[in-house]
Amino acid sequence: MPAAVKLENVVKRFGALEVLKGISFDIEAGQVVALIGASGSGKSTALRCINRLEQIQSGTIEVCGHRVEDPALDPRSLRQDVGMVFQSYNLFPHMTVGENVMLALKRVKRMDRSAARKVAERVLRQVGLAEKIDNYPEQLSGGQQQRVAIARSLAMAPKVMLFDEVTSALDPKLTGEVLRVMEDLAKAGMTMVVVTHEMAFARRAADKVIFMHQGHVHEVGDASILTTPETPELREFLDHDL
Amino acid sequence: MGDFSSGHMIYLLNGLMWTVLLSMLAMLLGGIAGFAVMLARISQRRWLRRISLGYVQIVQGTPLLIQMFLMYFGLGVAGIEVPALVAAALAMMIYSSAYLGEIWRGSVLSIDNTQFEAAETLALTRWQSLVDVILPQALRIATPPTVGFTVQLVKNTSLASVVGFLELTRSAQVINNSLFEPFLVFGIAAVLYFAVCYPLSLWSRILERKLNAGRRQA
Amino acid sequence: MNYEFDFAALAPYWQSFLAGAWVTIQLTVVSVALGLVIGVLCAVARRSGVRSLRMAAGAYIETVRNTPFIVQIFFIFFGLSSIGLRLPILWAAVFALVINVGAYAAEIIRAGMDAIPYGQIEAAEALGLTKFQIYRDVIIMPAIEKVYPSLTSQFVLMMLTTSITSQISAEELTGVANNIQSNTFRSLETYVVVGLLYIGITFLMRGAFWALGQIAFPRRRRLGLL
Ligand SMILES: Nc1ncnc2c1ncn2[C@@H]1O[C@H](COP(=O)(O)OP(=O)(O)OP(=O)(O)O)[C@@H](O)[C@H]1O
Ligand SMILES: [Mg+2]
Repeated sequence: MPAAVKLENVVKRFGALEVLKGISFDIEAGQVVALIGASGSGKSTALRCINRLEQIQSGTIEVCGHRVEDPALDPRSLRQDVGMVFQSYNLFPHMTVGENVMLALKRVKRMDRSAARKVAERVLRQVGLAEKIDNYPEQLSGGQQQRVAIARSLAMAPKVMLFDEVTSALDPKLTGEVLRVMEDLAKAGMTMVVVTHEMAFARRAADKVIFMHQGHVHEVGDASILTTPETPELREFLDHDL
Repeated sequence: MGDFSSGHMIYLLNGLMWTVLLSMLAMLLGGIAGFAVMLARISQRRWLRRISLGYVQIVQGTPLLIQMFLMYFGLGVAGIEVPALVAAALAMMIYSSAYLGEIWRGSVLSIDNTQFEAAETLALTRWQSLVDVILPQALRIATPPTVGFTVQLVKNTSLASVVGFLELTRSAQVINNSLFEPFLVFGIAAVLYFAVCYPLSLWSRILERKLNAGRRQA
Repeated sequence: MNYEFDFAALAPYWQSFLAGAWVTIQLTVVSVALGLVIGVLCAVARRSGVRSLRMAAGAYIETVRNTPFIVQIFFIFFGLSSIGLRLPILWAAVFALVINVGAYAAEIIRAGMDAIPYGQIEAAEALGLTKFQIYRDVIIMPAIEKVYPSLTSQFVLMMLTTSITSQISAEELTGVANNIQSNTFRSLETYVVVGLLYIGITFLMRGAFWALGQIAFPRRRRLGLL
């Protein structure tokens, strides 16, 4: 089976600052990968390179058959296959929950309103928020907003979903409801790259754990490396960053 | 004082009508051109950003009066015969496009960039992101300063008098030339301008206050 | 359109252009200085505890801001001469410009004053400073510092507004241009040249304000805010 996501020697610089110093990893379809590491180690940057919110300086990234580093690639064809959920939800405040979910269906997938609405109802049910379809984001709790953001991404039927610290802004109770939605997705076979500080979640749900350290992939393994780390850096990270 | 007749007043009111008409025309044309300037100023193409910045600096670096003269004589040289209203409106279109373009650019840039990113991540084109996601949010922020700018616009239509367009100021000049009652005639003209501009100023201030109150709550 | 541009026809007038530009600059400098004074005074009046003072300043500011400058200058210049007060043209021009820009500056400076945290004024009161001392030492400079960019833009706009004084025959840059174009019949070229000169003055002025800010606000200079 070909890898759904494959990074090879990816280098990303911001001016003189080299943030990714030649990282490589691959992810098979249906896998859930937890991307962990200290603040500033380059996790978000790696994620943003995968759907080309950032352009890389060298190396290759292949996602579902798209050559991401190729300047000729239309980023929109890539982004139809890759969903992304942000720490700060980034819902569109002037649109209702339903409109948030339907926007890309109408504009990108060219669905008519009623078909888009059906999809919106389905994905909102999936995240347990069917009854909020006509509410505005402001009227929802943080956890609910984040679940809407997941539904919005899910509606486009992506092959891969990227999650960047999606529970960091939430208190523990709301964190739980978002993580449950993500675990359901994982069970349903979604390919997921999850940047997270929730080690319990990583242990439960991750097929693969990638530990980043100072712009390098420092240690890779299955969830067991979270209990028995090989490198001292990962051990230290796990001791400090609970 | 006794010389100022109701005929004079009607003459001034007629001038006021042309002032309002020119203002609306200038706002319409300037709004369209200003939108284009805003798009160019936030474009991803560097040459477009550069050119539009140069345009804005030229327009904001020269007096409207000079722009009026340039338009007036430029059209003449080009052999294009247009009514004074159109020449004045074209000059004011250029003038307002630069100021409106900058106001609107500021409003668009004040929307958090993550909104653009979220839209792009959903595979929307840049144009779709702008129209569906950014502009509706920027509109609220842009409204108070845009209304405020219309006050400038109305006042600045007075410079069309210099190229011979018979709006309110020119009408006042004509009357004053025969009556020589400058305090009275220009005083009345000022009151008429005030009657148009002051409500707009108030409206702009109310909108501004509402916007700030909304922001503090959020 | 086969118009032949002829800038050479303007060459004999280069000294007139420069003289006009110089008058524009002088008008601007004097009006900025006096306008700043009026602006500060009116801003203080707007915040005063005396109701009539507040109202008077408000009426002045709103009247000026909601009527065109050309009407203001006609009102002043022709009005005064109709009652026998014949001011020299340039004095009348400065008078009208100061009245005009003073109102705009007042609004901007007041916004800056309102943005000074109340705790600082209370602290100064606690130290026993008088109202005058508080304004002088604690409010005015920080307020101007806060709104310095807006003030700069407003004064640039005022410089462009000086062109309107040509309508009472002031011999500043635009007035000079009006004369030259009627002598040479090279209207378009004349106004192109003058337009460029205005752009030059605009940049000069922005540079001057930047430099002034560097001197007047050492804190901002040190923090790299200017
Ligand atoms: N747009 C940018 N311009 C310049 N530097 C950037 C930019 N984005 C990220 N960086 C820098 O790149 C480094 C890695 O940032 P990144 O956000 O990828 O870290 P992270 O691992 O996600 O950290 P965190 O856990 O805090 O989110 C940091 O030093 C950051 O300052
Ligand atoms: Mg991050």
